[in-house]
Amino acid sequence: MERVVRHFQEELEALQARLLEMGGLAEERVRAAVQGLVTRDTAAIERVIRGDEPINELHIEVDSRCFTLLALYQPMATDLRSIVAAVKINTDLERVGDLAVNIAEAAQRYINHPPVKKLIDIPQMGEIAQLMLRDSLDAFVQRDTTLAKQVLSEDDRLDSLKTLVFRDLLACMLEDGTIVEPALDLILISRHLERIGDHATNIAEDVIFMVSALDVRHLPPAEPTE
Amino acid sequence: MSDPATRLTALGALASRSSQHQHPPVDRPVKIHAESLNFSYGSTRALTDISIRIHPNVVTAFIGPSGCGKSTFLRTLNRMNDIIPGTRVEGKVLIDGTDIYGPGIDVVALRRRVGMVFQKSNPFPKSIFDNIAYGLRINGMAGTRSELAERVEESLRQAALWDEVKDRLQTSALAMSGGQQQRLCIARALAVRPDILLMDEPASALDPIATQRIEELVYDLKKTYTIVIVTHNMQQAARVSDFTAFFWLGRLVEYDRTDKMFTAPAEKVTEDYVTGRFG
Repeated sequence: MERVVRHFQEELEALQARLLEMGGLAEERVRAAVQGLVTRDTAAIERVIRGDEPINELHIEVDSRCFTLLALYQPMATDLRSIVAAVKINTDLERVGDLAVNIAEAAQRYINHPPVKKLIDIPQMGEIAQLMLRDSLDAFVQRDTTLAKQVLSEDDRLDSLKTLVFRDLLACMLEDGTIVEPALDLILISRHLERIGDHATNIAEDVIFMVSALDVRHLPPAEPTE
Repeated sequence: MSDPATRLTALGALASRSSQHQHPPVDRPVKIHAESLNFSYGSTRALTDISIRIHPNVVTAFIGPSGCGKSTFLRTLNRMNDIIPGTRVEGKVLIDGTDIYGPGIDVVALRRRVGMVFQKSNPFPKSIFDNIAYGLRINGMAGTRSELAERVEESLRQAALWDEVKDRLQTSALAMSGGQQQRLCIARALAVRPDILLMDEPASALDPIATQRIEELVYDLKKTYTIVIVTHNMQQAARVSDFTAFFWLGRLVEYDRTDKMFTAPAEKVTEDYVTGRFG
């Protein structure tokens, strides 16, 4: 029994390592896409658009590892919750990779036009989204629910910034009809970054479930306390 | 999605609530109620302070490492331990409200009500028909020849064995396969119309197909009977039971809905056992 458990534990650690690798790649691609936008670097943007393959390969590999672990070991309790969490986190990370491509595509269109305005909020959104991703994955590895809860709170900041960007650009568009196209791309980018925050939130929720078996998704708002 | 702060408040409420759910809800009807049960083999204490409410028409699984007392406790439920000299029982076991260790209890009648199937199938060296008819005859429940035949058929059907043996009822039970012999023992236990069925590792000596048939049978039988099953196979407990009780060192550590026990047990020691970290 002990030998089997050790083997299972090693497999579980290998699975975590793959997810972390994927998380690192996803985070780097988000950083590169936003950086490419800010510096108007066509080559960097191009690399993000063409470079989705490693994440896609890891996506398939992680799924296959989870499948095998479930089939061979029929894990229970915390082990079961860890693997189910890994399956879900895997999907979230793959989507983050896709969103980085979406950001790069919008950036590619955007830099064909003169700058609409100085970019301040969008780079900040990029930093928050990356931080949320990193923290959610750290929380996963360290089984740290406090850090996971912190990620949940960060999501609010990202949502507010997205609203701010939208209002700001809407005002610009009303003022100057010629910038509608590039301004819409910036709105799309802020929307993609906000979605990345949602995926990090999903990961944090999965970590809380994995560690404490509490499902915190879609909880109704609590009654206001005195 | 609601805002994070309110979700976190709800999370706290959920956490404090979940700690009160370590046992199945008590408002369900109770079939077997053990109260502060202690059991000793001579000077060796095997069970300490076991209190549990087992519900009717569900499957309750007892799990735990070897020597944890789960089989001993199962055998206290129809006083099967009485046949071992030097054993001592303290506390109560109420079945439908009557203490089976109380005065004036007819142990033979008790065991008719609380049937038992063992790890190793133990058919009598008789025909298939006579194996089932045996309990009916010695209990004076045989009736007329055709009534007896009906009862034998009904029991074999309930045990999902009828179609396989209907053309050879007079052949020896010992010629059957292991899985069939075990189902025959279940049919034999059902023939005297018990309302509780105790199963002590009923599938541990069987191949996967025969095991699956026993598990399907258990699933069907719970509509009619209250079933308590001891198993070493955790996946089996997870598959067949509605409630699971984890025993360790002669004590009942945790008892809850099976899905809870195998996905999010409340006790660390249960967690360690179901994830294979000890035992």
